[in-house]
Amino acid sequence: MPTLSEPGLLSAAGSAMLRQSRRGPTNEGGYVVQLNREALIQAWRAMTTIRHFEERVQDEFSKGGIPGFVHLYAGQEASAVGICTELGPKDTIASTHRGHGHSIAKGCDVTAMMAELFGKQDGLCAGKGGSMHIADLDQGMLGANGIVGGGPPLVVGAALTAKTLGTGTVAVSFTGDGGSNQGTVFEAMNLAVVLQLPAIFVFENNGYGEYTGASYAVGSHDIAGRAGGFGLPAVKVSGDDFFAVHEAAREAVERARTGGGPSVIEVDTCRFYGHHSGDAQLYRGKDEVKGLREERDCLKHFRRRVTEAGLLEHAELDAVEADVAALIERSVAAARAAALPPPEALLTDVYVSY
Amino acid sequence: MTVKTIRQALHEALEQEMRRDPRVVVIGEDVAGGAGTGGGVDAAGGVLGVTKGLIKEFGAARVIDTPITESAIMGAAAGAAMTGLRPVAELMFSDFLGVCFDQIFNQAAKFRYMFGGKARTPLVIRTMIGAGRSAAAQHSQSPYGIFTSVPGLKVVVPSNAYDAKGLLIQAIRDDDPVIFCEHKLMYDLKTEVPDEAYVIPFGEANVVRDGDDVTVVALARMVHYAAEAAETLAAEGIECEIIDPRTTSPLDEDTILESVERTGRLVVVDEATPRCSMATDIAALVADRAFQFLKAPVRRVTAPHTPVPFAPSLEKLYIPDPDRIAAAVRAVYGYGR
Repeated sequence: MPTLSEPGLLSAAGSAMLRQSRRGPTNEGGYVVQLNREALIQAWRAMTTIRHFEERVQDEFSKGGIPGFVHLYAGQEASAVGICTELGPKDTIASTHRGHGHSIAKGCDVTAMMAELFGKQDGLCAGKGGSMHIADLDQGMLGANGIVGGGPPLVVGAALTAKTLGTGTVAVSFTGDGGSNQGTVFEAMNLAVVLQLPAIFVFENNGYGEYTGASYAVGSHDIAGRAGGFGLPAVKVSGDDFFAVHEAAREAVERARTGGGPSVIEVDTCRFYGHHSGDAQLYRGKDEVKGLREERDCLKHFRRRVTEAGLLEHAELDAVEADVAALIERSVAAARAAALPPPEALLTDVYVSY
Repeated sequence: MTVKTIRQALHEALEQEMRRDPRVVVIGEDVAGGAGTGGGVDAAGGVLGVTKGLIKEFGAARVIDTPITESAIMGAAAGAAMTGLRPVAELMFSDFLGVCFDQIFNQAAKFRYMFGGKARTPLVIRTMIGAGRSAAAQHSQSPYGIFTSVPGLKVVVPSNAYDAKGLLIQAIRDDDPVIFCEHKLMYDLKTEVPDEAYVIPFGEANVVRDGDDVTVVALARMVHYAAEAAETLAAEGIECEIIDPRTTSPLDEDTILESVERTGRLVVVDEATPRCSMATDIAALVADRAFQFLKAPVRRVTAPHTPVPFAPSLEKLYIPDPDRIAAAVRAVYGYGR
């Protein structure tokens, strides 16, 4: 059951109960599942793509094929996909250093993403951005971000564009529990309220900012609760539950699109890997991740829920997952085979004209 | 053609570009002023009145008063620029870059390169530079050198009203992020300025005065001090060629190098502090590319490596003046003679 922050104006469970009279299966939170079969399969495809992508990136990184650092999103899939399911291609998102999941959920090309991680010319950013700067403006993906707390001010700008030009689009920032403590985030939330912009601030609380617990670093122990101080409606949802995230997103997006202004969603989630790939994770309990994978795996929850409700069959889900596995395999092969950026790329695209 | 102040020239540039292109918005602290008060809107029009009156024509949707929130202003302007607006954001004092540098340095400046050439960030940041008002250490600096050191940013440092208008219109029409530096003591400086819109391309220096003896490169307010010094020196028989680069990024290297090839002598005048500065940068350029033409060591006339002092007596010592410029020119002119 989602919990409300004060002043909790946006309640996934509460307002959804008003719709109980609608037809359709309900989930554990008591609200109506709003998605049709096609959308559910699409969500499953996106979530499994993220999982397979990240597991494979972990392997490839360990083998030395991927330069630099990668921060893996495995475990948090329901957050990115639950939110982005409500967004269209012209809506925008800004992401974090842990950005692969958001990119895939927003529709970035997986093959080009993999090539980018390998530092190849065919990469989504021509090999000049890497994992921490994956972006595809054509898909409304304004970039992963190497600076913690860097994205929310940019999203205020994207929302300002939407409002000024009357595009009807919304802009969403993803920030972690670590980023939630940055001043830029507070400034962004305040300005979004002052200008009444169609912005949504999603805080993915995975319990750790780098190697420090959120229970230490988030002074109030309540990220969503801070929103009230900025005049923002907020809701806290379980990131294990795709449907809870999606319902919160549906309400927030509708609010933003119809001129109701910005809001906050805190997603209680977990990461299956460390801060970055290769992190020894000495700060975590012995069997913590094992337990998370058993108890809090959002993919397992999704599968159980849609099959028990008779919405999708196991075989359908398996078929999608097999497709996804093949896609990831092809993307790695393509990334390995792709050319390195030519030396002259060092000097190009600093400016449009100079 | 009418005589206008820099303030009027900047206002006219904004007004004409906002009329021409609905994507141009002005955003910043008190760009109109008076929001949420008992008084009327447009109570300020920017702290020095450049944007006054714009809200009456363009409304609050395009002349956007913000809280005091520099990171959010710069970030919002950058995010808006990459998604379809052409914002002119105001960073009231350039010293305040300290509270918003990430959004300029790591975000706006980097998008195009790190996203593989797909992003455009048509952003202008207007900001105030300069000492001379006893505004002390946090409201008097001239950090255009810091901005210039960042690949991805363009930097404009106008010295007169004609240039200010043409360069601001160019900045607004430019598809890259531009830092537009306005000297706080020069807003009332007048020159003839055409009424119609025009652009001055970036990277084209203005040769303010021709001369064959010593090349003097000067920026912003220092252009006028250099011109004053040149008058004194001309009476002594020393002819200065004064070059105003107008933009420090891109920098018109050719005009500087060609002049030094002719004169063999260079003085660089910069109100900023000397380390890692434009003065140092230009001196290095000439040492690297025109060494064989030099007849004397390059001299830099700059502020000292100190914060800007408060006391008027100390601040006067801080800012380069025509006497110091003239002394430097005499020194390089007399070297080896």
